[in-house]
Formats: sequence, C-alpha cells, structure tokens
Amino acid sequence: MTHENWNGFKGGVWQDEINVRDFIQQNYTEYTGDDSFLADATERTTALMKKVQALFALERQFGGVLDIDTATVSSLTTFSPGYIDKDNEIIVGMQTNRPLKRGVSPFGGIRMARQACEAYGYKLSETIEDEFKFRTTHNEGVFRAYTDEMRLARRCHVITGLPDAYGRGRIIGDYRRVALYGVDKLIEEKKKDKAAMAEKPFVAENIKINGELFKQISFLGKLKEMANMYGFDISGPARDSREAVQWTYFAYLAAIKEQNGAAMSLGRVATFFDIYMERDIKNGTLTEQGAQELFDDFVIKLRIARHLRTPEYNELFGGDPMWITEAVGGMGEDGRTLVSKSSFRVLNTLYTLGSSPEPNLTVLWSKDLPEGFKKFCAKVSKDTDSIQYENDDIMRPIYGDDYAIACCVSAMKLGKQMQFFGARCNLAKLLNIALNGGYDAMSNIHIGPQMEPISGDKLDFDTVMERYDIYIQWLSQLYVKTMNVIHYMHDEYCYEKVQMALHDTEVERLMAFGIAGLSVVADSLSAIKFGCVKPIRNDEGFIVDYETTGEFPKFGNDDDRVDSLAQDMTHRFIEALRKTETYRNAVHTLSVLTITSNVMYGKNTGATPDGRKSGEPFAPGANPMHNREENGALASLNSVAKISYDDCRDGVSNTFSITPEALGKTDDERVNNLVGILDGYFAKKAHHINVNVLNRETLLDAYENPEKYPNLTIRVSGYAVNFNKLSREHQREVISRTFHTVL
Amino acid sequence: MIKGNIHSIQSLGTVDGPGIRFVVFLQGCNLRCGCCHNPDTWRFDGGTQYTPQEIVDKAVRYKEYFGETGGITLSGGEPLLQAEFAYEVFNLCHQNGINTCLDTSGSILNDTVKKLLTVTDRVLLDIKYTNDEQYRKYVGCEMNEPIEFLDYLQSQKIPTTIRQVIIPTLTDSKDNVKELKKIADNATVVDKIELLPFRKICQTKYDNMGINFKFGHLPEPDADTMKQLNKLI
Repeated sequence: MTHENWNGFKGGVWQDEINVRDFIQQNYTEYTGDDSFLADATERTTALMKKVQALFALERQFGGVLDIDTATVSSLTTFSPGYIDKDNEIIVGMQTNRPLKRGVSPFGGIRMARQACEAYGYKLSETIEDEFKFRTTHNEGVFRAYTDEMRLARRCHVITGLPDAYGRGRIIGDYRRVALYGVDKLIEEKKKDKAAMAEKPFVAENIKINGELFKQISFLGKLKEMANMYGFDISGPARDSREAVQWTYFAYLAAIKEQNGAAMSLGRVATFFDIYMERDIKNGTLTEQGAQELFDDFVIKLRIARHLRTPEYNELFGGDPMWITEAVGGMGEDGRTLVSKSSFRVLNTLYTLGSSPEPNLTVLWSKDLPEGFKKFCAKVSKDTDSIQYENDDIMRPIYGDDYAIACCVSAMKLGKQMQFFGARCNLAKLLNIALNGGYDAMSNIHIGPQMEPISGDKLDFDTVMERYDIYIQWLSQLYVKTMNVIHYMHDEYCYEKVQMALHDTEVERLMAFGIAGLSVVADSLSAIKFGCVKPIRNDEGFIVDYETTGEFPKFGNDDDRVDSLAQDMTHRFIEALRKTETYRNAVHTLSVLTITSNVMYGKNTGATPDGRKSGEPFAPGANPMHNREENGALASLNSVAKISYDDCRDGVSNTFSITPEALGKTDDERVNNLVGILDGYFAKKAHHINVNVLNRETLLDAYENPEKYPNLTIRVSGYAVNFNKLSREHQREVISRTFHTVL
Repeated sequence: MIKGNIHSIQSLGTVDGPGIRFVVFLQGCNLRCGCCHNPDTWRFDGGTQYTPQEIVDKAVRYKEYFGETGGITLSGGEPLLQAEFAYEVFNLCHQNGINTCLDTSGSILNDTVKKLLTVTDRVLLDIKYTNDEQYRKYVGCEMNEPIEFLDYLQSQKIPTTIRQVIIPTLTDSKDNVKELKKIADNATVVDKIELLPFRKICQTKYDNMGINFKFGHLPEPDADTMKQLNKLI
C-alpha cells in the first residue's frame, strides 16, 4: 500500500503490514555528533511554560490536587476540549476540559474513586454512584474470587501493593501506529483479525479474544472522534512532523483518559518523530528551533498529565507519578545506533523547560553508543538528576531493538508484548514468618504452613535455609494464584481497550512478580552464616527480635560471600514461581524494585537478623542497605550488578547518589567519570541505575524550606519525583540514603 | 610472600589521579604534616594485611570502569614506606593491563623505591611548600628530598602531577604559587599542577583520635582565592 503522506520515505514491509520497527529501520538517520546543534527554548515556549508553572504552584497550594470533576467518568470523548493557551499551543489535547483538573475512573474500583475524591475534599457525584451500583468493577470482581488465604496474605502485608483496587497499568500501546498508518488502517487490520477468529475453535480463550477485538475496534472509532473534537481528522497517516507528534499524542491521551493505570508509559517515540523532522527539515518546512518547539510542547502536555489517586496509593508510589516513560537511544540490531538528533532534543527539554520528573526519560545505554551522546546524557544527569539508565546490551538480545520500558524497569517489545503487573512480596517478612513457623508477629496473623517456631539459642544457617525454602515455595504458589485472579478480573472489567488496540492481536503476555527487602534478607542470612544471631522470644515462644553479634559481610561491598546469597535468593524465587501455572499462559518474570514502598514494607516488618530494627525502612529496589557500604561506590555497584537479569527479567533497580565533588574536580572530569561509571557498571551486566548528583545538604535544606526548591527533582526508584511532592516520611528516607562522597 | 599493611580501600576514586581509580590507602607515614587529612594512617600498625595478589584481585574487579585513563592509585600514609609491597602490586597490575599511579610526598629515594618507579605509570608528587624553612617546620623533612625525587622522576621520564594544598597564611600567596610553577617548569615530566584547597572536614578524625589538628585553627581558602591562584598555573 502507498499513501501520499508517505512521500519521501523509503518503502519496506512496513507498507504491507503494521510494522513500525521496519519503518524506523528503513528511514531513520543516526546521529553521532555532540549537543552543539541544539536550539534553546523560544519565547513562545517560555511564555507557555510560565503559565504551566503558575498552575503547578496553584496545584501545590491546593494540597496537590487542583480540581476534580466528580460528575464525569473519564473516557475518550466525555470531556469537551481543554487548552492551556489555545492560540499558542502547537500540540493540543487534555485529559479533561481544563489543565490539571482530574477526572474519575471508577472501573478499577469505585471505592478507590470515592476515597480519592473525599481525600481532597470532594464527593463523588450521585449519578456516578448510582450508575456503578449496576456495574461490576475490577476491584469487586477480584474480591469475589479471592480465597481466605489471599485476603490474609494481603492483610499481613506479605504480599502488598497488588493492583486489585486500582488500574494495573504497565501496558504500553504502540502509539506511533496512529501517526504512521492513521486510525482507519488500524481498524481495518483489527477487523481482519476478528474475521479470522471465526475459523478458530470457540473455546473460552478465543471467545474472549473475539470480545476484546470488538472493544478495541469500538475504541479506535472513539479515538477518531476524540481527535475530531480538537479539529483533527486522524483517519489517515500523519502528513508532517507536527501531525506525527499530534497523532501519537492523541493515541497516548486516549489511553490515559480511558485508564487510570499505575504506570502509563509512552514507549519509544523520539527517533520515530525524528524521521518526520528530518524530512521536513530537508523540505525546508522545519527548522531546528521548530523541531525543539514540537518536543517542548509535547513534553509540556506530558508534564500536566494527572491521575486521581488515594493517599494509600501515594504511600506505595510517592510523589504523584504517572511513569510516562520514554526510552531514548540504544543500538540497532544491525550495529547502527538508534540515537538520532531527536534523542538529544527530548533530553534537551530538561533545559528548555527545566528539570522535571515526567516524562520518565530512560536512556538505553550501550557500550557502543556514540561518545557525544554518552557525554550529553552524563551532563544532563549531573545538571538535572532527572534521567535513568538501563542496559541495552543485555535487553536487546532478548527484546530486539524496538522495545520500550513500562514504569521503571520493565522491558517489553512494543506492540507485541504486554505485562500483568504484580507489585511485590516482602521477602524479609517472609523470613520472620518462616522462623516463627507460620506466624507474623507484626500483625498477629497465622498464615502459611503451620509448624513449631525454630528452636535453639543460635540460628543455624542450614536449618534456617531449609525452613525458609518451605515458605518460599508456599508463598510463590499463592502469589501466582492471586495474580491470576487479579488479571482475569482486570481483563474482564477494566480492559485496556485503546492500548490493546495498539498491540498485535496475538500478543505475548508477561506476568511480573516482584520482591522487596532483598538486601535485608541477604545481610540477614549473612549474619546467620558468618556472625552470630540469637533469637529473642516473647512469652508465647515467638521470635520478636534478634541479638546479632560478630563480623559478617554485607551486601554492597563486592563481597561474593554475601552477594551470592542475594543471587541465590532471586534464582530460588523465580524458579519457585515458575512451578505454578499462569493466567493466559503469561511468562513469569521477576523484578527487584520497590518504587517508594520500601518505607511501607519496612514499617510493616519486625526486626530482622541483620540488625535492622522493627519498622525501619528497607533499602529501595536492589540497593544495599544504607550506609553499610564500606568500600565506596563501585564496590556497591558491583554487588548489585551480580543480580542476574536472567532471573529478574522484569528489572533490577538501583538508585545511586553521589556528590558532585566525588565525581571529579571539574565539570569535564565529572562528565567523563560518570560516563566511565556507566560504561563499567553496564559492562558488568547490571540492569538499571538512577543517578543523582547532589549533596545531602541540598535535600536537608529543601526538607526545611520547600518554597526555595519548587522544582527540585530527584531520582528515587525507577522514576523521578519532585522532592516536595514526597511525604515527610519518604523525604526523610531519601535523605538517609548513602551519598557517595570524597573521603 | 610479602604483605602490605592497608588502611582502607576506596573503589571509586576520582580525585587521586586521572580518570576513575581504585585507591588503596597504605598504613603508616614518616611525616607529620600540619594539614594532613588522614591522621588515622600515620601509625604503622592497626591496618589490615593483604598480599599484593589479594589487592590486585580486588582491583581487577573494577577494570571495566577504568576506561583508557583510569587504574589503580596507591596512596596513604606514605606508600614508599612499603615500596617492596607496592612494587609487587604495580608489577601484577601491569600484568593485568591496569595503569598504576603513586601518590607520595617523595621523601624517600632508595633502591627499592627506584625499583617501584620502574612499574609506575604516573606519580602524584606533593610539593607541600616552596621553601626549606616551612618544610622543616610543618612537614618534618628537608625541601631537597622531594626535589631530588622530582629530579629522579625527570631522569626516568615518569609523567608527574605536582600537587600542593593551599593553606591560608602559609601557601595561599601568589608568590608561593609562582614559585611552585617554577619548580614544575624545571621538570618536563610534570604535565599537571593541582592546587587542592585546605579542608577541615578531617577535624572529627582528630577529635576521635584525641590528638591535636595542628592547622585546625586556620580557615579554609575561599573559592575566589582558589580561582585566582589557579590562573597562575
């Protein structure tokens, strides 16, 4: 097939099938130079951003939520068009009819929508309440099917944060398809797929797919309607770069209007846009300044995206994040870099618009990236603390070269894979439950296999491991079964119609499990193995504390004796999970990522054998416990790098804070050394790193004087936050983290 | 097998030699500089014993980070006091393709030290003052010792960085820095001069050890002074 809007593009299989990757490969221009070509913000951009900053200030004054429309269920066409400043916007479209006004999305759970409204002084309208009396939400579906044990596991916090009361997110539509093909072509293809279903046996799974295809086609129609309300006809392919950005944004916007998912990521759009920009620049219809403006305006739209969430949700995922993750850079399978000028432009928005947590800019790092790009990334990190890095060299062999990152660290092939998000279980609490023979002293709940609490004055490593493994096996099967319930019901009652319409019909599903407290458990097992741990029991004979003495190696010092315990734990856990069948034959994956829930997990976990006190926060993600690192930053990185990505295909998150002085004496040295650290860390096969270059004093000052730092952005755990949007408790935890300093 | 007495190891060093460096601080020092920020390395006992192989086995784990410029740095204390051990470490580093850098006050030059310098890729040489009087008063050795050391580095063509701590009232004059520059210019092996601002963050170390920080009463130099002095080099 051909189209006049494709003139000037090199043809390929992308013309005959939905295949954005092929279009990119045939047409993109790699860029191996430095950042000197970049343009600054225009006056228009600066003026528009000023308006947005004023809105942000107002939102802060209103306690974090500017306004809620309590009477309208958010969907593609339920709000009239909204603008920041209509005449001066290049890219348009808003979730509701006014900037920062939040809509309600009760399909995940009406209770959550109700509580979220009430938390900010609003009341969900009677109309919506009435309407949902006759509808089943995802949340209601899940609780109908939960077993007693599942409820108990949830209540004692050994598995928490599960998406059973809110939208699961972590699904990335291939939003680029709308720009490249136009909606009509996408509808046509989906109709063909639906027609082909008629030939298949009508068993449950196929009937389900058939029903889903109906919903997808219907919502592609609504997507066109939504764009029409803004005065755009998106039935055909985009004609130029502005349309390419606008069409893609409409598709993303439709997704966040329809779904209040935990993480609603963007994908990998920069180099795709670059193809249109290169064509326009060649035609003389676009300048560098114009290209930057398109990115700036697009990014402004992403920065004002909001979802309505409860305070409990914020405890898990602090800072009001959306996880609009955009994967930048990486290498192609043919050895060319996928870095284009637009990879620079999207990072440059952190200068043109100022630093910001969203979109969640994620650099796919490879040893083979052009030096100019590596240095620019390091400079941006040093200046803004707003980007994260993930290892393209270990992901590309698995996901190819057109994958993106959902949320923080979850890789998936764009349009071909989706994920069933599964939060995480608490490994440290599980260790305590195991030692107490199926009793959680924190919540006073008996759960799991019931046996005598472990006896003796001193904990013996082999005995502990044997006992622990029994509980790992038990929790794993319970965890998989619980996830199966959740995602069955989510598909049933809160299906992602737009996002799945932008996937191939035959999609591969990943089921993402997670663990929290890895470094606590590794150090605890190390203390038992190499030190001396005496359990302290209460009157009933249950262990409530430990007396830990003697030297023992701690995770974060590049010491194989303890690092191997962490490696063993992830391996053991994913192997245990794989023993239980998943819903829709999803592939089991595992992450070591906590978001900001490490504080909450710690709060709900009693004292642990490593010497951690009851209620103390865990380290985030796969980080070593704070201030237990004795050999400096690289030793800490090497320990984390040992955790196998093969065991943890859903990502291993590490958050790294270093003072500017510890990176070198001059700006040039700091940039070069940061590049060296990233090259080395990823050569060690590590998966992910958040980089903060700042002093603890800055955070302490921001803690006391928030008004001085309205835009202070820091990376916390797979995403970035505005420091002021964190709770006081989360702020204190971030301040207490290890900062690598000069001796 | 000879063992070294090690004070501590820093896996990420970015201020002691070019690029990213694995820095090993050796225990024991023959000098007692008033500005010293590592008084805990003075004593000869109290460190941890390592064989050269053990140190290099650790350093090798960071090879991926070193790139083309980084490597290992032996600092201290005074590494020349354990020159035989240092030689073994550097020799093994070379066998493993790791660049070697020696951070020293240059107050010892014997046959073992000369052997060590055959496997040293760069020296960070402290020229603590530019006159003999201050050297005798605040360091405890003669000025001609580091100068002879520098002459030897020149004869062996070993790339050298000269470093001096800028201490208000003692070394923060323009004349002093000009004099330092003159010393550096006399040796073509010197390709870099680093002026390090005097820092008092080590005060707590002195307090914890219950000993007097000789220069504790002096202020830290301000950024502007450092900027002006750096213009002279």
